[in-house]
Amino acid sequence: MPFVQKTNYGQEPSLQIRSKKDIKDFFVNLIPYIFISPFFILFVIFMLYPLIYSLVLSFSEWRAGTVTFVGLENYKKFFVDPLFWKSLGITGLILVVQVPLMLILATILATVLNSNSLKFKGVFRLAFFLPVLIDLVTYSLVFSLIFNENYGMINQFLGLFKIEPIKWISDEFWAKLLIIIALTWRWTGYNAVIILSGLQNIPKDLYESASIDGAGKITQFFKITMPMLRPVLLFCCILSTIGTLQLFAEPFVLTDGGPRHETTTIILYLYDKAFSSFDFGLASAGAYVLTTIIGILSYLQIRLSKGGEV
Amino acid sequence: MNKKKEFHKLLLYILALVGGTVSVFPFYWMFTASTLKEAQIFKVPPTLVPGDNFFVNLEKLENGWPIWKALFNSVFVSGITTVTTVLFSALAGFAFAKYRFKGRNLLFSVVLLVMMVPTQVMLVPMFIQMMNFGWTDTYYALILPFLVTPFGVFMMRQQMLSFPTELIEAARIDGCKDLGIFFKIVLPTMKPACAALGIVTFMHQWGNFIWPLTVINSREMYTLPLMLAMMVQPGQVVQYGPVMVGAVLGLIPMIILFLLFQKHFVSGIFSGSMKG
Repeated sequence: MPFVQKTNYGQEPSLQIRSKKDIKDFFVNLIPYIFISPFFILFVIFMLYPLIYSLVLSFSEWRAGTVTFVGLENYKKFFVDPLFWKSLGITGLILVVQVPLMLILATILATVLNSNSLKFKGVFRLAFFLPVLIDLVTYSLVFSLIFNENYGMINQFLGLFKIEPIKWISDEFWAKLLIIIALTWRWTGYNAVIILSGLQNIPKDLYESASIDGAGKITQFFKITMPMLRPVLLFCCILSTIGTLQLFAEPFVLTDGGPRHETTTIILYLYDKAFSSFDFGLASAGAYVLTTIIGILSYLQIRLSKGGEV
Repeated sequence: MNKKKEFHKLLLYILALVGGTVSVFPFYWMFTASTLKEAQIFKVPPTLVPGDNFFVNLEKLENGWPIWKALFNSVFVSGITTVTTVLFSALAGFAFAKYRFKGRNLLFSVVLLVMMVPTQVMLVPMFIQMMNFGWTDTYYALILPFLVTPFGVFMMRQQMLSFPTELIEAARIDGCKDLGIFFKIVLPTMKPACAALGIVTFMHQWGNFIWPLTVINSREMYTLPLMLAMMVQPGQVVQYGPVMVGAVLGLIPMIILFLLFQKHFVSGIFSGSMKG
């Protein structure tokens, strides 16, 4: 599967160079360092240094440019902040509902696109893919127009069936659902394209021999398609999890974290701590906790699915 | 049996049509709303046909907000960071894939490790860094932190691994120097990979929101997403017509890019870095 090969970031199967002869010919002392230096100079200044500095900050108090060491104070402070736990819970809730929902829809769309009896495949594929082109702020704005509580198209449409206007922004349940709907719209086609390539990589003769053995379409789907798709689905799942944990633009534009912080995601919480309360130490500590969570989840997801060669 | 088949086919088309309509409709409504008067946008029942108010909305947008400057800023920032990311990543990726040097594994591990860290984690230290340099609210702040990405190096290295070593050897025998090999042989063959990385990078920068929101104050420095978000902030009188004109104008570069490089979008997707 060429696809899997391209996507296996995180682990590198082939750091060892193949044969010694290859190496001998290219062993020139300085050249590789010159090749990597433009990248590394910028990388160290603008990425590595901030990353290490933020670790220092997470154990410090930052006040008008002076940094004082305060030990674990920042970590303690937000571990007792109910809003931190709330934002963590909300992010988790959105994650747990949205990612499976989206992956199911994406698998359905991919199966549709993969079917032999569908005509105009290119057109449908393009349509499903279109949401990927729009940036997060812009599509959130369009959604805020469509889901406007008073005159939005969705509420008007529901009105035709005598359904009361839904409080998409001001009710905590519907506000969360709105964010889930928006995310699903934006990312389903993206995942469908990935899953489609996974489907296309399943050898056709597997299905043929299964048919000869008398397995029905549904049995085939669960006994052949699903197991074969597992690495691809896992890949999508990890990407989506990491992405959702960093959810920011959508709640910022659509609900502004409201009502009553009911759509405040972790990043929104941390952003507020950093740039409204200017508690840089606390925000840095939170950022490290978030990174740890992301790291652990990615690791678990890989471990949980055996043979997840992603 | 035949009936069952017909039913399958029907189901297939229903699913495809529903999926397609849901995907496309927000775009249609965005374009339509940009051509309507405010009252028409919120009319009951809704106006679903484009109107003729686009240029009036555009004028309103131009009068209230620096739309052209914001568009320029977005293109400028995304353009520069894309070019440098592709070039420097290709250089470093080539070295990591085809040379052996001291510290290579260690350096590459550091790149991989940092690649796992979300940008948001570095928001605060990056902001402090920009303050110390006195660069907040400038192009330096928008561009410099994004000139390279660890992901770019990772992706280029993966692609370069499959580059035939014999070709490099042959070129060396012909007397070609390392830089010459890179620019004359490696880079031209790696065009598809470069295009894929370029598109991913451009889209990522184009949509970058949290960073401009953090370091930019003055309207003249707004990028397009930041300007659009500011137009609907609490305290603004929100006029959706002009907002949607801005949204449409912001989508045009992306559509042009997509039409030019369609297949590279998909390979960019498989590199799996657009989300987040």
